[in-house]
Amino acid sequence: MVKELTVISGKGGCGKTTIAACFVALAKEPVIADADVDAADMHILLDPQVRKKEKFSGLDVAQKDDDKCIGCGKCFENCRYGAFDPDFTLHPEKCEGCAVCALVCPEDAIQMVERNAGEAYISDTRFGPLVHAKLHAGEEASGKLVALVRQRAKEVAKETGKELILIDGPPGTGCTVIAALTGVDMVLVVFEPSLSGIHDAKRIIEVAGHFEIPALACINKYDINEENTEQILKFCEQEGIEVVGKISYDDTATDAMIAGKTVVEFSDGEMASSIKYIWNKVMEALT
Amino acid sequence: MRISVASGKGGTGKTTIAVNLALSIDNAMLIDCDVEGPNSHIFFKEQMVKLKDVSIPAPEFDLDKCTLCGKCADFCQYNAIAIVGEKLLFFEELCHGCGGCKIICPEDAIAEVDHHIGIIEKGGTESITLYHGLLNIGEPFGVPIIRELKGFADESKITIFDSPPGTACPAVEAMRDSDFCILVTEPTPFGLHDLTLTVDVMREIGTPFGVVVNRDGIGDDRVDVYCRNENIQLLAKIPNDLDIARLYSKGVPIVEGLPEYKALFAEMFDKVREVA
Repeated sequence: MVKELTVISGKGGCGKTTIAACFVALAKEPVIADADVDAADMHILLDPQVRKKEKFSGLDVAQKDDDKCIGCGKCFENCRYGAFDPDFTLHPEKCEGCAVCALVCPEDAIQMVERNAGEAYISDTRFGPLVHAKLHAGEEASGKLVALVRQRAKEVAKETGKELILIDGPPGTGCTVIAALTGVDMVLVVFEPSLSGIHDAKRIIEVAGHFEIPALACINKYDINEENTEQILKFCEQEGIEVVGKISYDDTATDAMIAGKTVVEFSDGEMASSIKYIWNKVMEALT
Repeated sequence: MRISVASGKGGTGKTTIAVNLALSIDNAMLIDCDVEGPNSHIFFKEQMVKLKDVSIPAPEFDLDKCTLCGKCADFCQYNAIAIVGEKLLFFEELCHGCGGCKIICPEDAIAEVDHHIGIIEKGGTESITLYHGLLNIGEPFGVPIIRELKGFADESKITIFDSPPGTACPAVEAMRDSDFCILVTEPTPFGLHDLTLTVDVMREIGTPFGVVVNRDGIGDDRVDVYCRNENIQLLAKIPNDLDIARLYSKGVPIVEGLPEYKALFAEMFDKVREVA
């Protein structure tokens, strides 16, 4: 059975991608999925060679034929997303693709047309296949693109007989996050011992609980605030979430990034060994 | 005047810039639009108080009237309705509340009820009002809350919007209609990459913008070079200072713990005002 693991944190900048990229280097033949489709960064460390590219259309968008429009105002009255001005000018960037305007237009002046919302890629990297994507600016349906990335990753795993899909999750708790963690075997929540990091990580643990996904936790930059680290440990104990390791604040992460390498390839130092320790614990829990 | 603080990458310091800017200028208010993970309130001692619920309309089906014709399911662009065998299934989390199913139903079997997606809270100090929203756990779409939050902007004040990370619809909704956008980045390859994505968004929506480099001193100078080549104004650099990180971790604004930084934020605002 293919296992799926998502690395997630709620708050951005806690080290999700840094840690996930190390897992990629440490795993035996994983399939890698970058689910942060509006600001994907995994490829910076993995130098992928794109093998397959596909268009992502997302939801259709309204298009209005002004010659047919009689100015009845039904589109403006019925659109709930403010995509029409009172003078019936259409703003496609505000359209959520619901098609209600096309439904109510008595003159058939509105068509729903395909939009080019982004691209998804299957690439080769030195650690195995990477499925990643790029959502165009301001696009809706980013959750759908994440779902597509995961779908393709599963197909690649099946084709190549690989048994682990490592997913680098997006920040937040909304549609992309939900799409990145529903149905996975486990999530690893990366905590940062700042009040903001704790606040957001607690929310993401609630999301994991809501979708009944088993969660593990680790603490990055733990020595920035050891009091808060204690708090996180207590919280996780109460919630029955195993803390599988701590990583100290370390500029190695940035240095490795500049070298275009994962931390475990770049250095044998303390950060690398902490991440290796965490990886072993995660694998123990996952298998 | 409306200033939004944004970045493609998470954790670059949006909230730090938004909060400290508000504390360093006169007549400011703050609206935290990161409804999936609001953090601005952490830097104020005052408790947030619930102001209102946010709901979107969702269909309610009268199964006595429903003939299972499937028109609603066919119409729904979000796949929130399905007819399986003799049963109508509704997936509330997928519904965007467009009202199309109600219009298309030939049997008048669909009414609309409120579907609760989150709340708006108010807090802050006597001089700086703070509004933020919280999307319910498990709810995917925060944009309706962001839209309502933006309505609290007081035109007589300098409203600072703390945007959610990324470049997708929630981030763009928060940045739209601003007079100026401050893009926060770090001098790292991730920071640079995500900055270029955000710059694309800014150029598309046509809002004037400038860049703040946070944690200056780590990484390399590629963000500087990029800004110079692209003719992008550099508004300020905040040094990579462990004291700042420690203050942040405790929820203390920089300008409170290290008041000498007030001048940096005031100067940042002067540069913004020259353009906006």
